[in-house]
Amino acid sequence: MFLLYWNENDSPATPEEMIREHFAFTDQARARGAYVSSEAIGGTVAATTVRVRDGKTMITDGPFAEAKEVMGGFYILDCKDLDEALDFAARIPDARSAGVEVRPVMHVPGWDYGPTAEYSRQAMA
Amino acid sequence: MRYVLMICTKEAEEQALNADESSARLREYGAFSEEMGRRGVLRGGERLRPVSEATTVSVTHDKVLASDGPFAETKEQIGGFFIVDCKDRDEAVEIAAKIPGARHGKIEVRPIWEM
Amino acid sequence: MRRGTPKPESTDAVGREALQDRSAQAIERTFREESGRIIASLIRACGGDFDLAEEAMQDAFLVALEHWRRQGVPANPGAWITTAARRKAIDRLRRDRTLAAKRQLLETDSALTALAGETGEQAMNQVKDDRLRLIFTCCHPALALEAQVALTLRTLGGLTTAEIARAFLLPEPAMAQRLVRVKRKIREAGIPYRIPAEHTLPERLQAVLAVLYLIFNEGYAATAGDSLVRQDLCSEAIRLARVLCELMPDEPEALGLLALMLLHDSRREARTGAGGELIVLEEQDRSKWDQVEIREGTALLERALRMRRADAYQLQAAIAALHCTAARADETDWGQIAALYEDLSELQPTPVVYLNHAVAVAMAGGPEDGLYLLDDARLSEQLAGYHLYHAARADLLRRAGLHQEARVAYLHAVEGTENMAEREYLERRLREMTC
Repeated sequence: MFLLYWNENDSPATPEEMIREHFAFTDQARARGAYVSSEAIGGTVAATTVRVRDGKTMITDGPFAEAKEVMGGFYILDCKDLDEALDFAARIPDARSAGVEVRPVMHVPGWDYGPTAEYSRQAMA
Repeated sequence: MRYVLMICTKEAEEQALNADESSARLREYGAFSEEMGRRGVLRGGERLRPVSEATTVSVTHDKVLASDGPFAETKEQIGGFFIVDCKDRDEAVEIAAKIPGARHGKIEVRPIWEM
Repeated sequence: MRRGTPKPESTDAVGREALQDRSAQAIERTFREESGRIIASLIRACGGDFDLAEEAMQDAFLVALEHWRRQGVPANPGAWITTAARRKAIDRLRRDRTLAAKRQLLETDSALTALAGETGEQAMNQVKDDRLRLIFTCCHPALALEAQVALTLRTLGGLTTAEIARAFLLPEPAMAQRLVRVKRKIREAGIPYRIPAEHTLPERLQAVLAVLYLIFNEGYAATAGDSLVRQDLCSEAIRLARVLCELMPDEPEALGLLALMLLHDSRREARTGAGGELIVLEEQDRSKWDQVEIREGTALLERALRMRRADAYQLQAAIAALHCTAARADETDWGQIAALYEDLSELQPTPVVYLNHAVAVAMAGGPEDGLYLLDDARLSEQLAGYHLYHAARADLLRRAGLHQEARVAYLHAVEGTENMAEREYLERRLREMTC
């Protein structure tokens, strides 16, 4: 999984250009048979953080950790090893703004809802 | 509307759990997913491996820099997420409060930016 | 203890003891010289599983200890250990009844069989590639630098965890934990056991060289710690650089680094006095410099420079070579050294390089020329907290006869250093200024 970080204060001058780059990247990943899924996540202005303590739900406005650079979306790609993953990461536009965090997805036995579950079902078929 | 529910917990606490405790937690997650699956709101989700296995990549002036560890060294780290499709923010918050992680960590709820 | 008239059985005992001595020595030598090579092949055969390979090799050495003592040392100890370790790896996988182990067993089994079948040139090439795989995996940029260093020393260098912990002044459990974590990251994050692709090779080679140089410097420019262990670090860095140069003979960057380390190391004996105090270059007894290392270092440097890809390591080696080949301190070619530092400052525009440039200029011209560069407003601000800046300034002021100002600068320098040998040197100079 690729967690994309960017600085919300310096939003891109041309968001269309950024979106085009993401689409181009997705095409590349698809062509290499690595694409599993991806989402763009709305800005932290729309974020709500939820905690439950002693049965009581507490709601606060904003993200879980205040930071200049926040997560703005993710990709899930099927890579043969970390070198391939790092190669993909360097091509994601967000690597040029703040950074891309690459984390392995954990294999959870029996988990049937994730995009990876769907992906492996297709791979098996 | 689709929302991402990010599960933010303290990894050290999770890793300190013994085998019984972590399988109990896994069962809680199983029950949550089953309930939400029945309700028809669950669209996906993944669990991530710990940040000690993360690598962060940034590119400046065409130079690729890879470094060990997460992008930000925050107290809590994103350990996984669910994607739900529900009526509105209130329903998303209600679902978030049912995630087992809400009881020992936090859940950040954010709308998905539909393209 | 043997006493009295030797009886027949004690003659046997003598023979047995000699055999035991020989086998113990052979085991130590094999471990020292060949464990890096053996583990490199084993890791590949074990599908990149560092732990399995390491445990299998340890098992094999234990068997050898018993076997060689009774049967004598085999003709090719390294090959013997490799074969025994393969068997142990399979045994370990068979004992592990999990599904993952079963799958791994199948893969490892065929890889190990293939390994045994490799002969002649093919085997030689495989050994070479395996060692490079191991070097590049240990020095993968996705690992933290201190983890790269620890893993390189443990796996390639065959140092024990305790030895590495001592060298880096860490408690042993902390170092062991660091090694466990780094191996887990390799496994779980999927760092491949592979020589990097052509287009990333220059960058990845840089990372390897940085790790080796860091190991060397940790031993050479010791800020604290056990001096014997630190000497080991220097020798280990040189040994690993030699291996790298053997494996990649056409990379001037690697040759340059080996040259640089040899040239620095050649002065090791002369760098400290009987009481452990630091002796500066110009006051060192040059007859104590290791001429073999100097000759090897300069020859390597010349070979590297002919490849016309000069980098920071080669420039630093060239500077070290000029020092090493001057018969007396006052015969040093400071003009050329100053020019080399100027080139270096373009590649590495760091305050420390500017500082060395200023000192060389002072030596070539006069202390005033150097002081002019050192008193540059930006440099003096950047280096205010760096004790060697004050030490260099103090030396130039002393040479210029400005004793009062030199005194102040020496005081600043003394305040900033924690290294005992350096402190003693500075305090001696300070006393001279007070007289």
